[in-house]
Amino acid sequence: MRTALVGAPIDIAALVAEVSAPANGALSLFIGTVRNENDGRTVDGIEYNAYAPMAERELAALAREASERFDTQHIVIEHRTGYLALGEASVAIAVAHPHRVPAMDATRWIIESLKARVPIWKLEHYTDGTRQWVVQGHSAVQGSAKMDHGEDPHA
Amino acid sequence: MITLDVLLFASYADAAGAGRVRVAVAEGARVTDVVDAVRTAAPGLALPSRPLVAVNHRYAKGDDPVGAADEIALIPPVAGG
Repeated sequence: MRTALVGAPIDIAALVAEVSAPANGALSLFIGTVRNENDGRTVDGIEYNAYAPMAERELAALAREASERFDTQHIVIEHRTGYLALGEASVAIAVAHPHRVPAMDATRWIIESLKARVPIWKLEHYTDGTRQWVVQGHSAVQGSAKMDHGEDPHA
Repeated sequence: MITLDVLLFASYADAAGAGRVRVAVAEGARVTDVVDAVRTAAPGLALPSRPLVAVNHRYAKGDDPVGAADEIALIPPVAGG
């Protein structure tokens, strides 16, 4: 298991190699990338800003929780910080497991949990020269409100 | 009284014009007292009614106690991924 906030491009092949093992019959890989539009506005790139020590702690906690829920140690999560151009990978999650269903469920669980609780923010840069912090949809706000009471929104 | 430098990020830092705001709270203060002090110290920072707060890198509850040595941060709605 390994998690990291990284300032340089994510080496996807290295993540795949890292979780690979002879006992694993499945490897699930999720890659989040920078999209060219949001809410009808044309995006040039996204600046990722993190509360680094807490984000690293939350990423490590997510990997540990996923390991227990889905019964595998073969988990790697990397999240970028800084300015990313269109198409660049902002997050990569690799999970390997003897079987495909837990591998795929684990990657899904990790990305949804990451979006709900890891303190990272996106400043979108638009082609018209303006910038705006991204606010997640209604569900993320509900998740945040629950966490105010110390609950895990995915429990 | 104890003095705390509360960390701000992203939209909160932009609204306050700084990455931290200094507040003074009474000994034995709780998280909600710190939030109230930030509202007063940085009125331009239009916080939600119950903003997320982290104490020493963990999400905290409103009635959690805070001390002078704690690292306290106001966490805007997160948007990673």
